[in-house]
Amino acid sequence: MIKLSNITKRYEGASAPVVDGVDMEVGAGEICVLLGPSGCGKTTTLKMINRLIQPTSGKIFIDGRDTDEFDVVELRRQIGYVIQQIGLFPNMTVEENICVVPRLLGWDKAKTKRRAAELLEIVALDPSIYLSRYPKDLSGGQQQRVGVARALATDPPVMLMDEPFGAIDPINRELIQDEFLRIQQQVKKTIMFVSHDIDEAVKMADRIAIFRGGRLEQFDTPDTILARPASQFIAGFVGTDRALKRLRLVRTKDALSACLCAARIGESSERAQVLLEQHGVEQIVLLDAADKPQGYLSAAELRAIEGTLMAAHASPVQGVARQSDDLRSVISSMFALGQSWLPAVDDDGRFIGYVHQAHIVDMMRLPTETRV
Amino acid sequence: MKTLLSRCAVFAVFAAPAFAHADNLLASIGQYRNDIVYQSIQQMTMVAIAGILAILVAVPLGIYLSRATGKQARFAQAVLQTLNMGQAVPKLALLALAMSVLGIGRWPSIFALWVATLLPIVLNTLEGLRAVPRSLIEAATGMGMTPAQILLRVELPNALYVIFAGVRTALAITVGTAPLAFLVGGGGLGELIFTGIDMNDFSMLLAGAIPTALLAILTDVLVGQMQSLLVSRGVNPQR
Repeated sequence: MIKLSNITKRYEGASAPVVDGVDMEVGAGEICVLLGPSGCGKTTTLKMINRLIQPTSGKIFIDGRDTDEFDVVELRRQIGYVIQQIGLFPNMTVEENICVVPRLLGWDKAKTKRRAAELLEIVALDPSIYLSRYPKDLSGGQQQRVGVARALATDPPVMLMDEPFGAIDPINRELIQDEFLRIQQQVKKTIMFVSHDIDEAVKMADRIAIFRGGRLEQFDTPDTILARPASQFIAGFVGTDRALKRLRLVRTKDALSACLCAARIGESSERAQVLLEQHGVEQIVLLDAADKPQGYLSAAELRAIEGTLMAAHASPVQGVARQSDDLRSVISSMFALGQSWLPAVDDDGRFIGYVHQAHIVDMMRLPTETRV
Repeated sequence: MKTLLSRCAVFAVFAAPAFAHADNLLASIGQYRNDIVYQSIQQMTMVAIAGILAILVAVPLGIYLSRATGKQARFAQAVLQTLNMGQAVPKLALLALAMSVLGIGRWPSIFALWVATLLPIVLNTLEGLRAVPRSLIEAATGMGMTPAQILLRVELPNALYVIFAGVRTALAITVGTAPLAFLVGGGGLGELIFTGIDMNDFSMLLAGAIPTALLAILTDVLVGQMQSLLVSRGVNPQR
């Protein structure tokens, strides 16, 4: 979808190029995060795509078309652009801000208005309240939502985002990142996203491009970059806790232990003991009729119970791992609860299996030769 | 409207002592009614022509200066220096100079008023445009606006509040200077004021001075109203 072919930018009088022979390709519907320390050429690379900066040499293709063939103004109108300073026009209302590009393209008024309301819905702002507001009446997070809505106005296939959430406080940044990922599920844009924050990159990216001194050091999936950094520099940049960062990339539902055994209220204690022994676990979850975990029982407790199992027999469940939780938060609740395992549940709260610390440790282990 | 009322109240406080002296003062001022109307129109016509011409020249000049780069930047500096010097020249001297070049009458007066009005508008246009954040221009460029669209839809609307502040200052100067036009044969309320001073005629003096003050306030209020009407609520710091 976006292809950079041997792109170089050299400023006159400077000894070293700012961007040096970058080759990369981003597939349709992917988020590619350009990551690196400041001055590494990531923003320059981004701005060469919509030709805010003219490359010294090399070609950029969007959807197979050489961007040099476009009129530069036409090209930019076809690319959504979001910047860190947000850049909402203070003289315009939210609606007018969103409608800037549709108006430039000469859309009719009714369609433009409908689109603005629709987009505000998408970024979770109530159109009846916010359409007529001015940017100065909005919080930073709300402003950037409008910024994103504005970039989406004409439904461009490609979006460029230059540290879009960098100026937003950490709590709202997490929220707006989640929100943005949700929107991306719907709109499936091809996105180039500049960031200097490895956590943000791991969270947002399908692919991460790490830059250093104008060169592309590694271009790979977040998991590969964390698991197998190509150089000492990258290993240092992603941090010594990179194995922990990888936890964010895995969801509960992909880390379930093989054992699906569970006891049910009303079943006999003997049957539960058999299950427990068969599967070699230390504790077993007790489910109610709706498959919801009610508590857990150890082997010793089971032996003490005569006849059928009741909810009162079990120690209450202190925490569950939802199937879409990432492993970092699951591990965190395990630590908080002092548990070595948690029952995993689906979105309706039904039991789907166990997550065990030992299993996660096993999953996350890297091949020996790649440990840096 | 509220501002108009409060301004009138302020004026009344200052004018009160004058009225307190003599009850028939109002009546004696009233005898100049025809002169007041005629001279007010004469004076405000000069103000209007000078003001409009100043805006027409100063705003584009300010825009040009804000865009000057490289060699043009030095020229821009020279223009600003000249304007600054012009501002330093007393208005009366400006009138005298205009008279020595253009003779007597209303046109030298208008010319002098025009020169006096230019600088604040040019300066505020320049500063207003310079104060527009770079990020807005980057966003506008990145969205595919042409330089002209950026100027008209982003830069000027966002600088408008500051530009209007310049216009307000400029017109306050113009209206205040206008009575001096009488000295170079331009007419206006200066006729009543200066003649009143010469003849030691208090009511005649006031017949010129009070309308001059009222007109200055009225002009300021009008420009203020236009400012809040034309400047977007989003860039007006008072709303």
